[in-house]
Amino acid sequence: MTDAIFPRDYSLLGRDAKRAEEVGLANAKWYQAPIERVRLKELMKRSDGPAIRDTLIWIACFILTAGFAIYFFPSWWSLPFFLAYGVLYGSSTDSRWHECGHGTAFKTRWMNDAVYEVACFMIMRAPTVWRWSHTRHHTDTIIVGRDPEISIMRPTILLKLIGVYFAIPQTIDAVKKMFIHVSGRLAPEEMTFVPETERARVYFTARIWMAIHFGSIALSLYTHSWIPVLLVGVLPTMYGAWVHVMTGLTQHGGLAEDVLDHRLNSRTVLMNPVLRFIYWNMNYHVEHHMFPMVPYHQLPKLYEDMKPYTVPANSSVFDAYREIIPAWIKQIKDPTYAIPRHLPQITAAVTQPLAAE
Amino acid sequence: MTQWIEACAKDDIAEEDVMRFDHAGRTFAIYRSPSDKFYATDGLCTHEKIHLADGLVMDHIIECPKHNGRFDYTTGAAKGAPVCVNLQTYPVKVEGGKVMIDIGYKD
Repeated sequence: MTDAIFPRDYSLLGRDAKRAEEVGLANAKWYQAPIERVRLKELMKRSDGPAIRDTLIWIACFILTAGFAIYFFPSWWSLPFFLAYGVLYGSSTDSRWHECGHGTAFKTRWMNDAVYEVACFMIMRAPTVWRWSHTRHHTDTIIVGRDPEISIMRPTILLKLIGVYFAIPQTIDAVKKMFIHVSGRLAPEEMTFVPETERARVYFTARIWMAIHFGSIALSLYTHSWIPVLLVGVLPTMYGAWVHVMTGLTQHGGLAEDVLDHRLNSRTVLMNPVLRFIYWNMNYHVEHHMFPMVPYHQLPKLYEDMKPYTVPANSSVFDAYREIIPAWIKQIKDPTYAIPRHLPQITAAVTQPLAAE
Repeated sequence: MTQWIEACAKDDIAEEDVMRFDHAGRTFAIYRSPSDKFYATDGLCTHEKIHLADGLVMDHIIECPKHNGRFDYTTGAAKGAPVCVNLQTYPVKVEGGKVMIDIGYKD
């Protein structure tokens, strides 16, 4: 989109929000790979088994890492266990929030909802607000002025980017929003996508959260121990965030804005089984965006089916950052820059709004 | 006003599946339930106008392919965020292997 004015206005109420609607980028029709309906139905099929298995392993990991961290505290031997616990608390919850928010991880609805609420608390994402913001992210992926989940805005601010890896701006924002919600209000931008009927739930949850946060702090003060606040609250969200930020920023980092083709603005990255467990296969991100109904445990199969229609995946997180970091540096001076994607000959890129059906 | 029209053949839809049917500028979704009963609703999700026929049928639920909003297609009831508005449903009958829907029906 060459007619965009720079610097871009990422606010959901600003100039580029209006522009996105005017030029047909809002609620637009997106490219979809031609996967047969019969095959897609097979891939979309829900089951509880894989997510129950993964959730039991996940809970066991929490208990073990927290147990050893408490056992060894205050010795330095507790450090690796706190670090592992932090990754579970502040990073693995990103994908649990995400998959259960889509309602695809488990077949049974209440299981999705239960894991969703717990994960939201740990990663500090107001469950109702984020359910709606993520809906918008899927409607208008990386459309400036429409997508509330654009992590790295252009021009890149390197200092802010470093802070993101320690969840500093995210946590400040989450705490600020929690106080706003506790007082029975929404932030102005949240009002653009959270319907009236859902708002009471936002306020109710924020009050419960605040009670838990203050409870954890009070317990630390009462016991004269750091353990409660190192295990529950803002601190583990922050010290454990780096893995989900590392993997999460590969999703769209350095790629195009304002295009209607997930192959141009999203990235699939091959990862090892440990990262894929933490990340619940969200590394297959082009596939997820194109077919959000496919559960995480079926994404590797969808990836194979979609290969002829997409750009090759990055071979590792390192490989992804080899193209992302130079792009971010380039975008400091040239915010129009995006990593070029070479699509297969059989399908053309979609960079302009398609005609409505 | 009652207005029965032929939408498709019975065998055009697999069990526990959905099919799109367009007629006179309108779009409908025709469902075949696991118990081999047929149902019809408006074809677009009430949330963001996505074709429900690209979605997933699970028992009596249709899930929208874009944002995973769920409706009970037998009643049209929205089952929670992000869908808040119910779907219009239409009476269906099967005659001689043909699925007929009453597109004149209004709740």
